[in-house]
Amino acid sequence: MTLLGAADDPSCYSRLVNDWVCMDYVSDRQQEIVDATLEHLQITVVSVVLGLLIAFPLALLARRLPRLESAILAITTGIYTVPSLALFPLLVPFTGLTATTVIIGLALYALTILVRSILEGLRSVPEEVRESATGLGYGRGQLLLKAELPLALPVIMAGLRVATVSTVALTTVGSLVAYGGLGNLIKDGVLTNFRAELFTASVLCVVLAVLLDVVLVLLQRFLTPWTRGARA
Amino acid sequence: MTVFGDMWAYLTEASNWTGGDGIAALLGQQLLLTVTALLMAMAVGLPVALWLGHLGRGGFLAINISNVGRAIPTFALLALLVVAPWPGTDELGPYGRAGLATLIALTLFALPPIITNSYVAMREVAPEVREAARGMGMTGVQQFWRVELPLGLPLVVSGLRLALVQVWATATIAALVAGPGLGQIITDGFFRSNYGKGIAGALVVAAVALVLELFAAMVQRAVDTTRRGTPAGGHTDALSVSGATVEPPAESLG
Repeated sequence: MTLLGAADDPSCYSRLVNDWVCMDYVSDRQQEIVDATLEHLQITVVSVVLGLLIAFPLALLARRLPRLESAILAITTGIYTVPSLALFPLLVPFTGLTATTVIIGLALYALTILVRSILEGLRSVPEEVRESATGLGYGRGQLLLKAELPLALPVIMAGLRVATVSTVALTTVGSLVAYGGLGNLIKDGVLTNFRAELFTASVLCVVLAVLLDVVLVLLQRFLTPWTRGARA
Repeated sequence: MTVFGDMWAYLTEASNWTGGDGIAALLGQQLLLTVTALLMAMAVGLPVALWLGHLGRGGFLAINISNVGRAIPTFALLALLVVAPWPGTDELGPYGRAGLATLIALTLFALPPIITNSYVAMREVAPEVREAARGMGMTGVQQFWRVELPLGLPLVVSGLRLALVQVWATATIAALVAGPGLGQIITDGFFRSNYGKGIAGALVVAAVALVLELFAAMVQRAVDTTRRGTPAGGHTDALSVSGATVEPPAESLG
């Protein structure tokens, strides 16, 4: 962009024009947008993976000890009830104004959805399958890894998709502690009445959610090839 | 950890609770917002979803609206509504600054769980029961009021419970875009580095959220006369992923 051009024709994101959709903004602030998107993606992925890592042992524990199940479900539901804008501040005294605060908060939300879907997935495995696997001499670990988990995968993946998509949306609230990925741009857009920034960041959030959902669907296809052959 | 001391000091200071922007007034404002939005979403969503479920039409839309709702960040929608020329940040009576924008966002985010659960509730009534009702000579309207609605009620209420949690959370986030409600205490505390105040606000918001959830759970138990005594893990669970919120497996689509 030359100085002359800028003087003749104010860019679509100047204060005077303030368009919602503005490609000049996207190209001029490309680095800022890419950085925010990457931070968003990173926070989301780390949170969901952390949630999954905690959810698995919890779900297995809940299944083994039915008395613990209702307690685990009640506690996770309670956490889920707390709004994100309240959960992050409550974590700040322990983790400070860092990305860790956002990640732990989001992981707790993801955890609630994942524990339930893992439990439901394992419950959906037919009893006959378990019996025949035991009859074939499978131990407990083998039974879980080779028979139960593959069959529970569709339900678990459904939960993982729900958790991932909601985590992408909730990450924006992390802008309260300045680690909100695209949420930081949205917050700045509101404060400075910058429409192009606000609109671009909002659209990117939804695009990111849809993209991650598609990735998970493809991953599920790849992990459960037997569900594909049935149709052909 | 001096923040806890600050938080306690803020919560125990009587003057922070009273007055136009005290905790009590903001709490009342947010409760009013929540109830209004929930009622509006019920008035719009329930009749449509229940009737579509009764007819068995529009299932794709009714199920997928929840997926769409989840993908849209509440913060982004609130921000767009506030920055847009309309509804903007105009005051709206007791709903406060940006009241209309907040109400619209809250209602929109309350709709998906209400619509999806109500639709599924109607569809999950066993076909034998439906046939028996028709065999007894019931008309479509009678079937709906006397058979399908009573049997589907627990799932409908669990959708309302999810919507309530969602609306309360969104109402809190409204403060991030200078909207009304208790979230103001949180954002004000954080933006002015008065963390004790921010955490105090968060504590109040979280406590009320838990009280609302307990209340909703009690209501749900009260209407759940049919499935009482069945073990946990049935469809009545509000957060359950399978059943109400999950789309059918891929192979049944093709």
